[in-house]
Amino acid sequence: MSSQAEHDVAAGIPALWDRLDGELAAGRRLADLFGTATSGGVLLSAQLAGPGGISTLDALVPPGRASYPALTPRIGAAFWYEREIHDLFGIVPEGHPRLEPLILPTSAFRRPEPGTAGAPVAIEPDPGILPRHTTGPGLFTIPHGPVRSGVVESLEYLVETPGEDIPHVNMRIFYKHRGIEKRFEGMAPGDGVLLAERTEGIASVAHALAYCQAIETIAGAEVPWAAALIRVLHAELERLACHLDVIVRLADGAGLAGATARFGWHKELVLRLTGQLSGSRFGRGVVVPGGVSSAPRTDPADMLAAIGSLERQITADVRLLMGTASFLDRLRRTGPLLPERASEHGALGPIGRASGVRDDARQARPYAAYGSLGTAVTSRPEGDALARLEVRTDEIADSFHLLRQAVDELTETGAGPIRTACEPADGRAVGWAEAPQGEVLYDVRIENALIRRCRSRSASFHNLVLMHEVFAGDILTDFPFIEASFGLSVGGVAG
Amino acid sequence: MWALRGLRNGVLTTRWPDRPDDYAAATRGPAAVLSEAEAGAISAAGLTSLCPVAAISQDQPGSVRVDQGRCIQCGRCIAARPDVFGWAAGPQSASGSRAALVVPADETPASLTAVSGQLRERTRALRRSVHLRHVDAGSDGSEEWEIMALLNPVYDIHRLGMFFTASPRHADILLVTGSGARGMAAPLRETYEAMPHPKLVIAVGTDAVSGGIVSPSYATSGGVGSVVPVDIWLPGSPPSPFAILSALLLALGRLPAAGSAGPAAASAGHAATGDRQ
Repeated sequence: MSSQAEHDVAAGIPALWDRLDGELAAGRRLADLFGTATSGGVLLSAQLAGPGGISTLDALVPPGRASYPALTPRIGAAFWYEREIHDLFGIVPEGHPRLEPLILPTSAFRRPEPGTAGAPVAIEPDPGILPRHTTGPGLFTIPHGPVRSGVVESLEYLVETPGEDIPHVNMRIFYKHRGIEKRFEGMAPGDGVLLAERTEGIASVAHALAYCQAIETIAGAEVPWAAALIRVLHAELERLACHLDVIVRLADGAGLAGATARFGWHKELVLRLTGQLSGSRFGRGVVVPGGVSSAPRTDPADMLAAIGSLERQITADVRLLMGTASFLDRLRRTGPLLPERASEHGALGPIGRASGVRDDARQARPYAAYGSLGTAVTSRPEGDALARLEVRTDEIADSFHLLRQAVDELTETGAGPIRTACEPADGRAVGWAEAPQGEVLYDVRIENALIRRCRSRSASFHNLVLMHEVFAGDILTDFPFIEASFGLSVGGVAG
Repeated sequence: MWALRGLRNGVLTTRWPDRPDDYAAATRGPAAVLSEAEAGAISAAGLTSLCPVAAISQDQPGSVRVDQGRCIQCGRCIAARPDVFGWAAGPQSASGSRAALVVPADETPASLTAVSGQLRERTRALRRSVHLRHVDAGSDGSEEWEIMALLNPVYDIHRLGMFFTASPRHADILLVTGSGARGMAAPLRETYEAMPHPKLVIAVGTDAVSGGIVSPSYATSGGVGSVVPVDIWLPGSPPSPFAILSALLLALGRLPAAGSAGPAAASAGHAATGDRQ
């Protein structure tokens, strides 16, 4: 894979924002905004996604400067990114509409400052860091979390309601912040993939792919064809498992016990197949810098038989589910994300595609073997929970198609190398992959054969903020459907 | 309609632990030492390079230990030295003692038996109505999936008299996942304190046991043991549903004696094979 990233240090923050405005007007999308501590001050980097690749624009906040003019008033998609930068570095985006802590549960300590050498002091959470908002007469706040009912990841929703409607929802994601990005620093590139896999555990393969592709770009390593196919195989199995999980949660929310059990069984079989191929039910340890660690441990005929049987069962059950009117009624017009808001924010993955944003890294910026396999990108204009489900069921069908193609190609390719040498010299590169939740982006900088800075941006982080936007006219009982239809992982959000 | 679909596929539910289950027996546990003699011949530096999370150590020359509570199942040691290291086979990787996860174990079987005897004493009153509460204290999300799997028709823990509950007031066992994110310390402690006696805590996964590869970090406490008193330590990244089920049965003293639940029912880490899954 060739380097498709270009680095460009603009003449200062305001000049960088002007360039971003221009790029967005030209149809690109703000994919990431993050900081790196350097000897010359904090380097702010913006990633822009477009057809063909990701380009990087950098600008320095000079040392001694504690603030810069905020981007959020000009480009709303920067809202959480600038809060994250403020949490990690302490520099203030002036004019930011709501500069509250986002990923750190305290503000009274030395900032972690990713990019600097040395470990930051351990944080002591401050229970009073944010007030419990109660606004207006007749309005109250329902704090929901961080320990919630069911087996779910920790996150707190603050539902502001006059009783039944949900005019506003706030989220506190800092509870389970683990300091992942700082942990990457000083690791050997070959070890970093193990941490990438555990950043967002249900999208282990996608994170490993994005990370390894960044490392491979730095090293100039060309991944063998067989390895590229095996990568697709595991990435698509992961997509199946995640999409089936969303269906299980939606069916469970609607009280469809039969469908919940059926799809729970299908998901179990997908995880078992993944485990059979790789030894890990989450495909961990497969993707390594330079290729894959081992070929699937099942012969192609058995793989095709397993895939075919899954496809038959799942397709039949999806058809039955999508004909269950009482279920569809819960989803139709629930949690609508307006197409113009989705496009303005650059909504990723199934959430974006259900609101008319036809961006899929597998097709727009192909990696692994996706360039020569046919990926069908589907989208819907409605933007509601039903559209998000329909996009996922279409993607399930397409994943089966890709799985069969990958196995057939792999059989034709025969036994060949699956791993090439990958020794990155000093450098920096971007890697991306389309996780089941949307595009995952890594920006890795290697110095003296070790990781100096690793930016890991999950689709979950980029998309979760859209929960602010989708409660128009919805009531408390719609909440579980809206959350399930987003299908995001808090681990990937909190970092 | 859904019921008809289900009937067509017959009974999917495992009968483990009453009957052997092939998938349970093939569960991949953490790394274990196959050959102590061969392991002793590897230099200290050689051992360090085999493990990215420093789970392999040599406390004295010739005596190599694997701390399964630190093992993230990356398989690097096994790929490099398949003659020395192998996967612990079977779902029974949990232990009532943190120290016993360091294998080959120093702890004598007698002291482990005492620990499980005490557990059985504490949980006797729960009988076949056990309520579980889960708290995520900084997981990567995969442990939640594997715990949730216990409710699917394949594992169906209701058949064993176990149920998930939303309220800690009704909970008997607390399943804690995650590396001990500092922001979750207070909510986790409050949940634990809200539970009635007798209560048990299971640290589910390597992250919960030791902090995993995300620790050391400014934002984690390197496992949940410093926040709540852990009774059962279950390694795995993530542990499989059968391993979680096995840890629950161990907590309740309902794990069948070695040998009756398939070939790999020896206590944690002692039975080791090569690559089996």
